[in-house]
Amino acid sequence: MLNMIYTTQPTLTLALTTKDWLGLAYLLAAVLFYLGLKMLSKVTTARRGNLVSALGMLVAIAATFFQISGGETISLIWIVIAILIGGGAGLVLAVRVPMTGMPEMIALLNGCGGIASLLVASGDYLRKSDVQLVGLDWNTLLAIGLATLIGGLTFTGSLIAYAKLAGSKLIPDAPVQFAGQKALIAVLGLGSLALAGVLVAQPGAWYVLLMVAALSLILGVLLVIGIGGADMPVVIALLNSYSGIAAAMAGFVLNNSALIITGALVGASGIILTNIMCKAMNRSLMNVLFGGVGGAVAGGKGAADQGQARSFSIEDAGIILDAARSVIIVPGYGMAVAQAQHAVKELGQQLESRSIDVKYAIHPVAGRMPGHMNVLLAEADIPYEQLQDLEQINPQFEQADVALVIGANDVTNPAARHDTASPIYGMPILDVDKARTVFVIKRSMNPGFAGIQNELYFKENTGMIFGDAKKVVSELSAELSAS
Amino acid sequence: MNPHVFTLLAEATADKPIDPFVINLVIFVLAIALGVEVITKVPSTLHTPLMSGSNAISGITIVGALLASFSGTFWAFGVVLGFLAVVFATFNVVGGYVVTNRMLEMFKGKDSK
Repeated sequence: MLNMIYTTQPTLTLALTTKDWLGLAYLLAAVLFYLGLKMLSKVTTARRGNLVSALGMLVAIAATFFQISGGETISLIWIVIAILIGGGAGLVLAVRVPMTGMPEMIALLNGCGGIASLLVASGDYLRKSDVQLVGLDWNTLLAIGLATLIGGLTFTGSLIAYAKLAGSKLIPDAPVQFAGQKALIAVLGLGSLALAGVLVAQPGAWYVLLMVAALSLILGVLLVIGIGGADMPVVIALLNSYSGIAAAMAGFVLNNSALIITGALVGASGIILTNIMCKAMNRSLMNVLFGGVGGAVAGGKGAADQGQARSFSIEDAGIILDAARSVIIVPGYGMAVAQAQHAVKELGQQLESRSIDVKYAIHPVAGRMPGHMNVLLAEADIPYEQLQDLEQINPQFEQADVALVIGANDVTNPAARHDTASPIYGMPILDVDKARTVFVIKRSMNPGFAGIQNELYFKENTGMIFGDAKKVVSELSAELSAS
Repeated sequence: MNPHVFTLLAEATADKPIDPFVINLVIFVLAIALGVEVITKVPSTLHTPLMSGSNAISGITIVGALLASFSGTFWAFGVVLGFLAVVFATFNVVGGYVVTNRMLEMFKGKDSK
């Protein structure tokens, strides 16, 4: 039975050596991906690393074309058309997207990877269903089911994340939660896994695969819609991981080592980032996914019982900044929203021209994706050496004359250190309150994402400067240059 | 002991090649270990390019998409899915690499000014 199936495969008998060569080409591609990722660990080699990885992709695609060349020309023409459409759209978007739109872009890319894996797996199932479905191994069928499941939920999950990040009116930034949501997710999740099992038992049941696909799409929506905007760094990293795992599953379907290795590399990368993000918020992945943090949570102390926040004018702040010797700038999502990165750079230069030491403190979850602030400040031409992470910068706040908080909130709340009742208790924060003077640029006294008021604003060494981040920062620069 | 274990052992000792699935699984597990090793060393400064870069790499599904979209019986539904897969995967690959390159271009140190 098995032998019969193998002999009906047309390429096997004459193409054994070709197949070996193809396998080696895929191995080369995988090695290039590995080297590329390795080079991404240093700023100086990162760009070349990306090119090395792109070269790996070229090798893999060329090998695949070699494999399918000599086939029907009509089919090849359609493939070229597909490449032109996808590649053209990708190129245009990638060139045009502003740096502030990067989180949405990455969500979109994740989603496309996911749906591609779903389509590959289910397409392969349909093709084989014409020919030799009975001979399919249980593991191939299982991989088809899993690639469809993971690919599908990556797709819709990423689209929801995209809508949230892009500030779409359709999907609110705040978590959308309803009674029984978790139970529904559990039922759908287990149900689709069970259906993948049914597919293994009944290879011919195409409608089961269709059900898996449908459930996965619903699951993706349900999983992400309940998560708030500021938890998006975790979601994006996790979806990144899923897109890799889906690709690896597609690799199991096609018995292709390039897909398996690469998918595993990406899957591991996403999981590590997810883990780093969760640790930076002192929350478990489960809490991020199902906690629904960031709605209009009623809890937390109001402004009333914490005294009065002091408002500072641009002039007063300018005088204090002028007299400082060291300033630490703490950017957050507010800087991204106001697109204030270039204004921040100017202010930094203005300060440095007065031989004031300027550093930037970057919290791991500042912004909407891992490394968000770094990208924005890099766009503004700020040397990356000036950007310091949590561990590096925290001991330095005590010596700093001014900590200038621009659009960051919860990551600076001292309550995380001592208030066990606070929802963010235990989260590693930037110790801005230890600086001699803290300036907070903020549009209003509205609480931050976690729905709690920041006690930093009521400390006696804190001054609030109300206004749009970009406007205030520019005015501060002007004030300094005038004095 | 579970009878399955014996069956497996008997098969392994017989003159039978290892199931490709097992080889694939070995590759998968080792690749994850390798990924963890490499990625842990990436500094937080580069987390966004790392994501978009690894994202571009996950567009490797394009290989599967190309294989799936190619078939003798062209208008089969499976091939249509393959066509769509190529569109999405190419978007993923091209968009991912270009956007990563754009970002990394911006990362400059003090020396390069």
